[in-house]
Amino acid sequence: MTTITQTTGKTGFFKKIFGRESQPYANAYLGGILLGLVLFISYLITGNGLGASGGLSRYVAFIEDLIAPGHMDRVPYLIAMAGGQRNPLDSWIVMVSTGVIIGGFVSGLINGRTKFETNKGPNISNRTRWIFAFVGGTFFTYGARLARGCTSGQALSGGATLSAGSWATMFAIFGGAYALAYFVRKLWN
Amino acid sequence: MIPFPLHLDAIFVKFGVYLIFLGIGFLFGFVLETSGFNHSPTLAAQFYFKDLRVFKVFFTAIVVAMLLIFASSAIGLLDFNLIWVNPTYLWSGIVGGLIMGVGFILGGFCPGTSLVALATLKIDGIFFVLGGLFGVFLFGETVDSFTHFFNTSGYFGRVTLMDVFNLPTGMIVILVTLMAIFMLWGGEQLERIFGGKDPKKAPKARYTGAAVFVILAVTIAFIGQPTTVDRWERQAPEKQAALEAGEFQIHPGELLDTIHDSKLNLVMLDVRSEADYNLFHLLDAENITIAEIPNNIDKFIAQPANTLFVLMSNDEAAATEAWKIMVAESVPNVYILEGGINNWLDTFTTEFESEYCASGKEGADDELRYDFSAALGSGCPAAYPNHELVHDMEFEKKIKMELKRAPSGGGCG
Repeated sequence: MTTITQTTGKTGFFKKIFGRESQPYANAYLGGILLGLVLFISYLITGNGLGASGGLSRYVAFIEDLIAPGHMDRVPYLIAMAGGQRNPLDSWIVMVSTGVIIGGFVSGLINGRTKFETNKGPNISNRTRWIFAFVGGTFFTYGARLARGCTSGQALSGGATLSAGSWATMFAIFGGAYALAYFVRKLWN
Repeated sequence: MIPFPLHLDAIFVKFGVYLIFLGIGFLFGFVLETSGFNHSPTLAAQFYFKDLRVFKVFFTAIVVAMLLIFASSAIGLLDFNLIWVNPTYLWSGIVGGLIMGVGFILGGFCPGTSLVALATLKIDGIFFVLGGLFGVFLFGETVDSFTHFFNTSGYFGRVTLMDVFNLPTGMIVILVTLMAIFMLWGGEQLERIFGGKDPKKAPKARYTGAAVFVILAVTIAFIGQPTTVDRWERQAPEKQAALEAGEFQIHPGELLDTIHDSKLNLVMLDVRSEADYNLFHLLDAENITIAEIPNNIDKFIAQPANTLFVLMSNDEAAATEAWKIMVAESVPNVYILEGGINNWLDTFTTEFESEYCASGKEGADDELRYDFSAALGSGCPAAYPNHELVHDMEFEKKIKMELKRAPSGGGCG
């Protein structure tokens, strides 16, 4: 099959799906059960839960270590990842994050959802969306580092193992977002 | 031995271990994409009660994973002591959580979902990931100015909801399940009011699912989590024989060698009464009652991989009892001082001690058979003998350090 026929085939498929207004994505509860199974399998086999921001953190440490290795050896927080001869990418969490990208890509490709686009609220421009996405990303991972985990590593994984601190963090994440939602409603509505 | 989690480092070479984590990441990403987590307006819509898809996926996943984890722990398939439970740093966790909430509503993603959005070429996702990398960079550069807050504020270690509410695991599992079902039901009502969605259109199977969750939770509570005694009985056939064959009782000479081995993190636990401990104990030995040991298992397991535990009592009875508890609870590398403190003193007493302590005192098993005229504590030569004394001794070396099985770092490393 050539690329062109594949693309046109996909468009038709897409139209059919959106035309019926049925769900292009899996049912939410089904998705939840599958996600829960993956999380359980992770604990069963490895003893560890899932995570994402830890991988990002180590990608950054890797780049920083290339540029300023001396600097990495002076900050205790960074030494733990990239001190001396240590390779910050030599960690299981980097593997998980990399796997997430591959898995997302494959699923998106199979379901025809891998395409260049900007998803946003109806009343803002693409550029506004991009700026807020960048700012949001900065806030999110800063908070995730402070809380020692994001929605995956703290809320989801710690939630399932009934960690007290993770439940507090989970409520803080949702609390923070709900508290601010009204004031930034223009972004999404 | 409880079969799961697998002892990955012992079974596979590093490459294999990494392939496993890559595979788990793959499944994680695949499911996130399938559930629609790469679409930022859907993620944001939950905060306006219009579309609670993300909320539903999230809480369903927590309940499913929780039920499976505690069910497999109940039937002895999974060792809960050996899985990573996020330690509680309460205040940095809450402040960090609030900041994450801000990032969530502004950016429309969280780190995991943004990676999936990036993978499916969503431009807003790519910007979020770039911002995320910048946020990580900022944190690394600023954390030095609030290290104290970051590392200590509200630190409680490995604490679960069971500890906080002082309820049995099964009860917490039931409560969390019921709460989640209530929240999912509430979510559907909110969607109906704010998002104009008709809950009647959703598949009826979800009622069956909810019922299955509740039945499973009640079953878990009914079976109960394994106690220390249950855990010991599972291992007894294998471990009892080794114990009786003397495989875990180390000669005082071997302990002295170990004290002087800087590659090991030696933890000596003295399980005698405080009175005996004050009369004489080894330098750096920690006094702990047997009743206190079960409360410290998490701390023991969290120790570095080169940690060696040596238990001691006056003879061996109390130390052996403590050993069984620790081994049953999956603490690695636990040994007993052969012949206890009495044997240690027989081996290492110097002229100095003979002035203050007389041997040959009558005593029942596991009682101190030395008579001290002063409470020497660790302030005498026998508490920290010269390493050279080992050279004249003959003994069988028994310590075999095993690789640590429990993960030493969590999800967001």
